Amino acid sequence: MNGASKWGNLAQYDWTVMSPEFTILGVATLLSLLDLVMNKNSDRRILAWIGFIGILIAGYFVVQNTGQNVVSILNDMYRLDGFANAFKLIFLVGVAFVFLISISYVDEKQNVKHSGEYYYLMLMALLGAMLMASSADLITLFVGLELLSIASYIMVGTRKNHIQSNESAFKYVVSGGIASAVTLYGMSFIYGLTGSTNLYIMAERLSNVFQNGFDFLVYLSFFLMLVGLAFKISAVPYHMWAPDVYQGAPTPITAFLSVVSKAAGFAIILRIFLIIFGNLVNLDMTNGQQSSVLVDTLGLYIAIVAGASMIIGNTLAMRQVNIKRMMAYSGIAQAGYLLVPFATLTVLMFEQTIFYLVAYLLANMGAFAIIMLVNRDRQTEDVKSFAGLYHRAPWMAIAMTFFLLSLAGLPISAGFFGKFYIFMSTIVHSSYWLAGIMLATSVVSYFYYFSVIRQMYMRPGQTEAPLKVPFTIAAVVLVALAGTIAVGIMPDPVLQYIHHNFPLQQMFQASGQ
Amino acid sequence: MANYFLTILTFSPLLGVLLLAFVPKSLPGTIKALGTLATLVPLVLALMLYANFNSAAEGLQLVQQWNWINIPVGDQAIPINFEVGIDGLSMPLLVLTTVIATISALAALTVNKRWKEFYILFLIVEMGMLGVFTSANLFQFFIFFEFTIIPMFFMMGIWGYKDREKASMKFLLYNGVGSAIMLIVFVALFILMGTLNMEEIKQLLTSPMSPRNVPDMQGFIPESLRLGLFLALLAAFAIKIPIVPFHTWMLKAYQEAHPAVIMISSGVLIKIGGYALIRMNAAFFPEWMEQLSTLIAVLGVINILYGAVLALVQDELKLMLAYSSVSHMGIVLLGLAAMNAEGFQGAIFQMVSHGLIAALMFYIVALIHERTGTSNIRELGGLAKSMPIISGILLTAMMASAGLPGMSGFISEFMSFVGLFGTKPIIAAIGALGIILTAVYLLRATLGATFGPIQQKHESLSDAQAIEVVPMVVLLSLVILIGIYPAVLSEPLQTTLQNIVPRIGG
Repeated sequence: MNGASKWGNLAQYDWTVMSPEFTILGVATLLSLLDLVMNKNSDRRILAWIGFIGILIAGYFVVQNTGQNVVSILNDMYRLDGFANAFKLIFLVGVAFVFLISISYVDEKQNVKHSGEYYYLMLMALLGAMLMASSADLITLFVGLELLSIASYIMVGTRKNHIQSNESAFKYVVSGGIASAVTLYGMSFIYGLTGSTNLYIMAERLSNVFQNGFDFLVYLSFFLMLVGLAFKISAVPYHMWAPDVYQGAPTPITAFLSVVSKAAGFAIILRIFLIIFGNLVNLDMTNGQQSSVLVDTLGLYIAIVAGASMIIGNTLAMRQVNIKRMMAYSGIAQAGYLLVPFATLTVLMFEQTIFYLVAYLLANMGAFAIIMLVNRDRQTEDVKSFAGLYHRAPWMAIAMTFFLLSLAGLPISAGFFGKFYIFMSTIVHSSYWLAGIMLATSVVSYFYYFSVIRQMYMRPGQTEAPLKVPFTIAAVVLVALAGTIAVGIMPDPVLQYIHHNFPLQQMFQASGQ
Repeated sequence: MANYFLTILTFSPLLGVLLLAFVPKSLPGTIKALGTLATLVPLVLALMLYANFNSAAEGLQLVQQWNWINIPVGDQAIPINFEVGIDGLSMPLLVLTTVIATISALAALTVNKRWKEFYILFLIVEMGMLGVFTSANLFQFFIFFEFTIIPMFFMMGIWGYKDREKASMKFLLYNGVGSAIMLIVFVALFILMGTLNMEEIKQLLTSPMSPRNVPDMQGFIPESLRLGLFLALLAAFAIKIPIVPFHTWMLKAYQEAHPAVIMISSGVLIKIGGYALIRMNAAFFPEWMEQLSTLIAVLGVINILYGAVLALVQDELKLMLAYSSVSHMGIVLLGLAAMNAEGFQGAIFQMVSHGLIAALMFYIVALIHERTGTSNIRELGGLAKSMPIISGILLTAMMASAGLPGMSGFISEFMSFVGLFGTKPIIAAIGALGIILTAVYLLRATLGATFGPIQQKHESLSDAQAIEVVPMVVLLSLVILIGIYPAVLSEPLQTTLQNIVPRIGG
């Protein structure tokens, strides 16, 4: 085209690859407009269904995009590669589940006063998450992060007349703000050292800087970013917000935070750290040997974060009586498991992370759908609300059992193979201590996961009345259950799909344009 | 026989699960009948297997292999197969499993609530047990092993006595620790060997040509690592067997669980520990098995004496039987520690024999408990007057357990001790004290329950009915059959043992 268009360079980019993002943006805008023009008293569930269809369309576009070569727009501000597609699919499926759960949760009269904004805010959060997965520039990555965070702060506080919801929204804003500041502070150091926000250029210049006596600043920036971003995945040391926020947030939002927001955190962590710090080397002057800084030095700290998350998450979960708090601690522990592939950095790192995220997504979404249903029915979030569930809704109890088994990493469930898969890398890496922590804390986790199972099957409930299951919840539970069991018995198709469609090495190919 | 045979046998209990799923809850009679009949399918298949077993063949028989999972690594893939196969070691245990399962299903007729769930879980446990013994690779072994634990947790926690929930949690956590350790070793072997197939791992670890055994070659596995793996496996199976001091889950479980559940656990589940010790510890790491055989022998003696002494002071028959199980599993360890053909044969005989006898005794105690409402010998006594058949069989079972010649217990203990006297006479001599104690505690319990003055309220109790006599007679005749014609068991074992034993001690 040679700049024939009056748009200049902009027209030369292949904007069609951004169609998933455009779809979500368009639908979110449409929903906000519709919300304005709709009658105040009319049923806003239609908005949820429109949003749901928008998510499906965006998902279709993402599937169309998979397997393509790398596309980079505006100097890697936006980047389409296997890494981005994998995470986007997880976000979209996750949010689709959350929408279905929300449809039977959001009730204008009772809890969420303005349900229109509930849905389009969630789409904006989704858009932020998708940007976080699909960019290789600190500016856009951070914009995505904030878009996700700010939308989440509002969603957590969406039950305006509920004191706990208000409290948790406030806590979330404050701690989230601090986390963002810490992250930015860390980013500012490497920006100062390299003079660029493009991750590839930073990586190129950083190795020089690193060897010329600025290694302390490089480490400092690494630790600051690690701590700041640990907030999003609720890993130690920035995990304290999770129980309070999970408890106060509306249950579908809790599900969103525990799956989509956490997966987005992993996307940004992997993207930033792997590219920027991936090719730093330590030179040993005595024998001239090189060793990778990320694998040999920083990996240990990530492993410590992972181990500490597992220990703290699993042990504190045992003491919880509130099921949502328990799931929050369980989520902290799961973040620890999910960090293991990153800490050990074997060739399977990316596949392990994505596989486990898929298993975690299915189990957690299914579990939260049932938690929402049961808590609402019993008007309490106590673990005891599950008492006698088996007699009231046997299929729900059986499904919940499988979700909990999957989270505990027991066969036959997707979570078992996911854990087995992750576990392999600790042995390859000879991190036996991490392997030990992982399995020991898994056994600890049986205690609280099975205490829910015990309530469901072995304790008499206050009522024997059959539990009414709305259609959308039933759909979520059914899909999640079928997925959990099918992937547990036959993990092969998922493994092959991830391997062939989401090549990680694409992430390291600097932009072609 | 087609190669599908073992796969069909392994999953055959699922047929019952499927049928039961369609029976409405309100028909307990149908559920019980169907649940019991469903256990006959694997039983018949296992008997066919026994009849067609080729005792002369070396290695695994009836092997079937499918490609199951391929873990992609770069351009290659590491396969995990679904593979089944049996040899002389697993075949007897497979038959034992199906026999005990059918008998336990009969004992489960006294289950008083939620029959449908009970039988479905029961059949899943049976599938898990069959799968453990037919697995030819470690991944599959692990999955089936877990298949026995999780349904057992439900069975202990839902049906049973007052403190059942605590017992089931204890069972779950102990076995969870065991399987966690097991998983570490399995994954480590997978990474080191590049395969999960037990036969291939054995070849790689023991064949002198293998690069794993040549220092300075790539992939060489140093002795220290082998020792670590060996000890980890030993610890994992120590919980299952159980070896003192890991036995406390068993005491609680045996006291609180429904008799049918204990029969399964005591009859088959704890044998998985002994089976795995031979299959993995002895087969993969024969040098360390040899070097640490004294340790295993000492552990065995501790089990025998500790179990026997504590069994001597129990008034509760169930606890007495639990300690007796601890004591009898010690003999399995002694047989293994002997490191010779007699010892191994004795250990396997003891597993089968104890499986049968323990199931029989728990069944009898359950019958007594059902009639009198107690199984404490202080509250019993003189039962021989009101229930002569049950008391008679109890006496016979106790004698079998104590190792009376002509019964299976004698053969197994005799061979274990003959084996051990050949290599470690002093430890064997100490262990033999346990046999005397065994006779004492068993007689004390039997006399306490069946002789002496009878309590008035027990005078008019009914004796065993026909349907209750059948399981007892079947078990007892198997015990006697092995006792007087041990070849039924030893013949299929020979080739397999010749395959294992020369490596150890060799």
